[in-house]
Amino acid sequence: MSFWRAIAVVAFLVTVPGLLAGEIPSDARRSGYSFMGPETRAIQDDDTSNPGMLFVLDGEALWAKKTGSAGKACADCHGDARNSMKGIAARYPAFDKTLGRPVTLDQRINLCRADHQQATPLPYESRDLLALSAFVAQQSRGVAITAGDDPQAKPFVEQGRNLFMQREGQLNLACTNCHDDNFDKHLAGAPITQAQPTGYPLYRLEWQTLGSLERRLRSCMAGVRAQAYDYGAPELVALELYLMSRARGMPMETPAVRP
Amino acid sequence: MARSTVHIAALIAASLAFVPGARAEGLVPYKIISDGIPESLTGSPGDAVRGRALVLARTTTCILCHSGPFPETRFQGDLAPDLTGAGNRWSVGQLRLRLVDASHFNPETIMPSYYRADGLVRVGRNFAGKPILSATEIEDIVAYLATLRD
Ligand code: HEC
Ligand code: HEC
Repeated sequence: MSFWRAIAVVAFLVTVPGLLAGEIPSDARRSGYSFMGPETRAIQDDDTSNPGMLFVLDGEALWAKKTGSAGKACADCHGDARNSMKGIAARYPAFDKTLGRPVTLDQRINLCRADHQQATPLPYESRDLLALSAFVAQQSRGVAITAGDDPQAKPFVEQGRNLFMQREGQLNLACTNCHDDNFDKHLAGAPITQAQPTGYPLYRLEWQTLGSLERRLRSCMAGVRAQAYDYGAPELVALELYLMSRARGMPMETPAVRP
Repeated sequence: MARSTVHIAALIAASLAFVPGARAEGLVPYKIISDGIPESLTGSPGDAVRGRALVLARTTTCILCHSGPFPETRFQGDLAPDLTGAGNRWSVGQLRLRLVDASHFNPETIMPSYYRADGLVRVGRNFAGKPILSATEIEDIVAYLATLRD
């Protein structure tokens, strides 16, 4: 690199605070929605055709249902979710002071079950857990994402960013190689998006069901032939947190639909 | 004296050319000369017909990124150059080295090194310690790519 070119690069890095080479400037960020064809958009746009709404309805019923040996429903503590849960999912994963680390919305729901309902945890990707988190997250539809703003979450955001940038697996590819550097291109014919986590849990036509952000991350890891982290693993939570902070200010769209 | 120094230098250069990737168990050693691997990894020429089928196979991963003269499939990538004419642009030795270790040409490349089994991070249980392609598969693909002339 020539001397002047090096100066120019440094100047660029200095004038764009916190942005590493390859990262997406905030006004260029786009939801996965904008990468979809008109048919798939139409399914998401209309609640009566969006299959994710069936999960939301299930979640609404579970919200009001007493469970566990405490005999309490979510609603007994939180009341009407339309008020109490508005904007909550836009802050998750959120730092938990007792645990000293960030927890996902799914983990928060299970903590509430354990601590306040004396109920067993719902397994990851089970219908009931997805339904509850879809119902809670739907209350944040249109709300701007703020996850990662908490100063205590910063080291975990940084950990997530490092994981996002790390090449891994037999194919030796990092998330950033596809989602920062090659969005709008096609992997075997399928569009690559910016990996904005705005719509989770979401209905994926390929899965024929609702799935969590962690499920998506695990399948990307399997795709590069890396050993996927277990559900709930700190690394997966950190990645989720980084993705949310990277999408700061973008509106939530749960339950989204994706191809 | 001067002569033996040259001799030792040549020996060191030759042993460095045996890339560490090839040290992993089961990988045959190969020698990089200038910007290619002139000798077949298997000692014999590959089969271009099998090579074409391999390039098209999803498990080989080539057409996740590349397109090429493959009218029978719609599912081709556009992360990488079209393979049409690759046999004009590159010698057989260069094509072989590109498959074995594309990072030799471009350290930042996203193209995986297909004949390498170490220095990787968090490789999945089913893939750990193995190269993406076998020496025979590399030779078949090289033989096919060499036929891609405009
Ligand atoms: C007995 C009371 C109680 C019950 C029942 C309960 N929660 Fe909570 N919930 C809390 C408290 C208290 C908090 C604050 C943090 C904590 O203690 O976990 C909380 C926090 C939350 C949060 C995060 C809010 C924030 O500001 O970060 C969500 C989301 C949530 N609960 C959802 C649920 C769901 C879904 C259920 C049912 C599965 C449920 N809660 C059951 C008491 C309860
Ligand atoms: C993850 C993406 C990716 C995969 C998978 C991939 N390549 Fe590549 N390939 C590239 C890129 C990008 C280039 C451009 C040069 C560079 O960056 O190294 C390239 C360059 C090439 C070239 C030179 C192209 C030219 O004519 O200039 C050949 C030949 C090639 N690849 C063959 C293959 C074969 C055969 C496979 C499968 C065994 C494969 N590639 C798999 C990304 C990929």
